[in-house]
Amino acid sequence: MKEIFEILEQNGRATPEQISTMVDKPVREVEKIIKQAEKDGTILKYKTIINWPKLGEEDIWALIEVRVTPQRDVGFDAIAERIYQFPEVYSAYLVSGTYDLAILVKGKNMQEISSFVTEKLAPLERVQSTVTHFLLKRYKEDGDIFHLPKEINRRLPITL
Amino acid sequence: MLNTKSTPTQARNKLISQKVTSLPPSGIRKFFDLLSSLEDVISLGIGEPDFVTPWHIREAGTYSLEKGYTMYTSNSGMLELRQELASYLELRYGVNYHPEYEILITVGTSEGLDLALRAIINPGDEVIIPDPCYVAYPADIILAGGVPILVPTNEENKFVVRATDIEARITKQTKAILIGYPANPTGAVISRKEADAIAGLAKKYDLLVISDELYARLVYGAEHICFPSLHGMKERTILIRGFSKSHAMTGWRLGYVAADRRFIQALTKIHQYTMLSAPTMAQVAAIEALRNGESEVEKMVQEYNRRRRLMVKRLNEIGLSCFEPRGAFYAFPSIKATGMNSEEFAEKLLLEEKVAVVPGTAFGPCGEGFVRCCYATSLSNIEEALKKMDRFVRKSRLNTV
Repeated sequence: MKEIFEILEQNGRATPEQISTMVDKPVREVEKIIKQAEKDGTILKYKTIINWPKLGEEDIWALIEVRVTPQRDVGFDAIAERIYQFPEVYSAYLVSGTYDLAILVKGKNMQEISSFVTEKLAPLERVQSTVTHFLLKRYKEDGDIFHLPKEINRRLPITL
Repeated sequence: MLNTKSTPTQARNKLISQKVTSLPPSGIRKFFDLLSSLEDVISLGIGEPDFVTPWHIREAGTYSLEKGYTMYTSNSGMLELRQELASYLELRYGVNYHPEYEILITVGTSEGLDLALRAIINPGDEVIIPDPCYVAYPADIILAGGVPILVPTNEENKFVVRATDIEARITKQTKAILIGYPANPTGAVISRKEADAIAGLAKKYDLLVISDELYARLVYGAEHICFPSLHGMKERTILIRGFSKSHAMTGWRLGYVAADRRFIQALTKIHQYTMLSAPTMAQVAAIEALRNGESEVEKMVQEYNRRRRLMVKRLNEIGLSCFEPRGAFYAFPSIKATGMNSEEFAEKLLLEEKVAVVPGTAFGPCGEGFVRCCYATSLSNIEEALKKMDRFVRKSRLNTV
């Protein structure tokens, strides 16, 4: 069962027929498992990783450390929700260490990110401080390496 | 003094050993040249993993260079590595080898095989091998001064050599049986019962078994039979293994031989004069592979298994009947339905659809009617290649009607 999701995680376009062959289970069973997973939120959605810079679209990214004051009863969750609802926030995590929330923010330019920080994030009541790190280069994301030349052929065309 | 009157060809032949001159050239030389002249070929003909060596193993190799481990090791190989291997073999197969006297680190399994044959063969000794088999077996036997005796295998017995067929070919000159399961080119694995029967013969006729278990880790829903672990067989088995296929380390050239002390002594004698020691960097990397490489091996095996199922199913669907290979990373489908022979099939498929497979005849006469398709390539390559093969097979059917 886990194997079906591992395959889909690597290739969202793998068909139930292909998966059924690979894991040696009937197509119907595979279809049922996938349907169920789509329904119960095990599969959140199918998406495509685009290498935007190839299209000349260079978004600006920043990793922001946020220190916040937790709230009685709800801890960090309420303030986290206030923050991650902003569409500018791409990812948000509660972390251990010297700050509380790590958020990844995407903007069209530096201006957009700095106005998000100064006008929306920093003024929030429970936000104590922020430290913004602009990303200079992306090497690897979600397990995929970015600047890798596509498929270098290191092997001889035929070996016995 | 050189005879200046002889023609250049004569002189050349005279200068080359007769043994080498008489050795048949690789059966796929022509095919290889043809392949190299084409672009955008999807190759199912590559007999090595498509994975790069796991990073932690490469890193260990690199670090050994940084620390200056650039010298020879002992002839037998680093003791630390041999100790790791001894406990690995004991843990996995319950067979005990003394790390100091019963394990030799070699330059790939290729060297191990060569050493084993040279160490045991007297001129004219016969060594029994399955047909088809890995291309180096007959050549290495001939180079060692022996005579390869081919035992036919076929699809009906899933390309596993039968003890009765072996027994029929045993003579006074028979010295050893050389087998390799999981098998290249067929993907066949040997069952305990079949292996026991061969072990019985070895004991009955006082023969050695050279067991090439390079693909031991690549088995799918089947048990790997480690030959020396069979009852009474440790004393008469030369076990040959390596890291190339299990840990995707082909280019590191690292293998090992495990056997009774008297054999290892004999092999080491040749090894010390011809090779000195296996690459030090590769040995350090192999220690890391044994200590921390298990999860990576399992990941690769799982991936191969997915590809295997896909390839075998598709081959059968397009009408190239294929028994289920349970080891290595090869499928060995029959192409008889197309009316072509193996070489014709491979050459036409390459020219018409730009898909490379290896004609079964490259591995022995019994490979006729089959081709070797390697699934150590991406799923998308396998799908694409099989689409093309499907078109090719359908076209050839139309032509034969």
